[in-house]
Amino acid sequence: MKKHAEPRTYSKPGKFGKYGGQYVPETLMEPLRALEEAYNRFSRDPSFKKELAGWLDDFAGRPTPLYLASNLTRHVGGARIYLKREDLLHSGAHKINNTLGQALLAKKMGKRRIIAETGAGQHGVATAMACAALGLHAEVYMGSEDMDRQKLNVYRMKMLGAKVHPVESGSKTLKDAISEALRDWVTNVQDTYYLLGSVVGPHPYPTMVRDYQSVIGKEARKQILRQEGKLPKAIVACVGGGSNSIGIFHSFLHEVDVDLYGVEAGGESLSPGQNAAPLVAGREGVLHGMMTYVLQDEVGQVQTTRSISAGLDYPGVGPEHAFLMTAGRAKYVTVSNEEALEAFESLSQLEGIMPALESAHAISYAMKLAKSLGTKDSIIVNLSGRGDKDLEIIAKHLPR
Amino acid sequence: MPNTSHDDDRIEAKFGELRGLREGALIAYLTGGDPDPKTFLANSTALIEGGADIVEIGIPFSDPIADGPVIQASSMRALSNGTTPLRILDMIRELSTEFPVPFVVLSYYNPILAMGLGRFLQKARESGVDGIVVPDLPVEESEEFRNLSLKHNVDTIYLAAPNTSRTRLRTVLDKSKGFLYLVSLYGVTGPRDSLSPQALEAVRAVKSLARGKIPVSVGFGISQPEHVSAVIQSGADGAIVGSALVRIVGNHLDDPSDAETQLKKTVQSLKEATRLSSN
Repeated sequence: MKKHAEPRTYSKPGKFGKYGGQYVPETLMEPLRALEEAYNRFSRDPSFKKELAGWLDDFAGRPTPLYLASNLTRHVGGARIYLKREDLLHSGAHKINNTLGQALLAKKMGKRRIIAETGAGQHGVATAMACAALGLHAEVYMGSEDMDRQKLNVYRMKMLGAKVHPVESGSKTLKDAISEALRDWVTNVQDTYYLLGSVVGPHPYPTMVRDYQSVIGKEARKQILRQEGKLPKAIVACVGGGSNSIGIFHSFLHEVDVDLYGVEAGGESLSPGQNAAPLVAGREGVLHGMMTYVLQDEVGQVQTTRSISAGLDYPGVGPEHAFLMTAGRAKYVTVSNEEALEAFESLSQLEGIMPALESAHAISYAMKLAKSLGTKDSIIVNLSGRGDKDLEIIAKHLPR
Repeated sequence: MPNTSHDDDRIEAKFGELRGLREGALIAYLTGGDPDPKTFLANSTALIEGGADIVEIGIPFSDPIADGPVIQASSMRALSNGTTPLRILDMIRELSTEFPVPFVVLSYYNPILAMGLGRFLQKARESGVDGIVVPDLPVEESEEFRNLSLKHNVDTIYLAAPNTSRTRLRTVLDKSKGFLYLVSLYGVTGPRDSLSPQALEAVRAVKSLARGKIPVSVGFGISQPEHVSAVIQSGADGAIVGSALVRIVGNHLDDPSDAETQLKKTVQSLKEATRLSSN
């Protein structure tokens, strides 16, 4: 892998090289400015930081362990594989790190109405939990197709007190849910906070969500140094919008000897419409307020995506990933549906851990990578979520 | 160099001409290629025959975040029959050869990027496009785009919203050419029964900052003659009507010739409302 020193060309706030920015309707410029200002103020406020740390520890269950998967390591034969156990968090995934941060920020900003988008429902559930705990009102946009596929999460959100709005426009999936949430925000800017679930969208979201997720990498860095006495050879994480990956990458960006791998959903194949891998199979474009890599046709229409894991099903990707890829700091690869299912089965049976299908993509690539490395090396896989939500789909493919 | 057979600054000239007549401009919008190329051309002709002063054509996009259900549906209709930006520019060329009204194109940024900024703007100019609106490209992100637009003589029409600060408004007014597109409300495009409470106040605030240097046209939620006359009487130089016309197209998919009649009649009554002397 081509290695650069830590990319310092983050030219100005909200830009990652040429990527990122604020490609939004004029009506959102003022609320984005207000959000950036509030975020900057509270991210430096010791009492806000303390309050958030309390919620993360006592409500969400941080810190999460860094677990040496010794059976998997032995099975693969190569580098020691460590799992950062975000799957053990309340809500079952890393999403709660971000929703607690933003919901607390919204509360400080005096906004009581929170809107969010969700694909598989994980961010919707994490939003509903944070809002219930903090006494805020949550409304979640979800594609009607996704609602059919993820009935249990729809019920969870409702039970947690959130209102779920079915989205019938476009492809009726995550990208349309984001569009619809943006339309709601344009309409209700004065009293509404848009709680975006990944490192996507206009500035300041990619930066803010990354900062809230960077707790993963901060913990992992300390833990690996304590457990191994040295830094790992590589970090591996799955990339949909890219929040769990950027969250674990960030504490290692300066460490040029640590290779960073982002794993995109290879789906059935890399043909158009058969995957969700914008960095590998897409090209530069503007979607949902950001300049980034986008799966699109030759005239710039955004393509539909397809992956076995709904959480990776997005045709765009966080602009910081586009930057890390083009700067040569991180490498992006794909894992197919079939490979992800095999990895799910391996981790379940060898370690007694059922990963989310999203995280199974990272496990799959990490197994290949570990085999190519020496037994003195170690790698960390971000196990971003647990697999309970996916069992219905998995049972169809892997009957018992 | 851009096509010189086409006069420059036709938008500005049109506003000047209408000022002399004590009229506001009626800017009528349709989505390009909706529901099919032939019907779209006939409908556009109906707008012009009905008296539209400027015709605004939308390039459909898969993810139109600033648009409400009416224009979303029209975009899907147009895309599903294979409409592309180049085909729309070709259709505008047909129209602009036949009719002398100024043409404005509205496009989200990605289809423009996909074609290449320079190539898109050059093609647009050659097809008779006078101005361009990009709803997801605020001034901060558009330096290169604006420079190329100036080079190709396509007016950059920026948007202002009810919550645009005075400082930003000065920049937006300064960077806009042709006219400033004032969004009348908090929300997406779509017909509304009544004018938003912020609309007239926003018109007066923007007009006082514009100081006559650039025309101000009001859009979003302007669907009836009363809305048009209210914004023109408050000092706006133009009124933009989109969803109310696109809805007529969507409601007459089975009888396109009826759509033409309806569009022409609707545009006539909207145009009538721009005449200050008769109000």
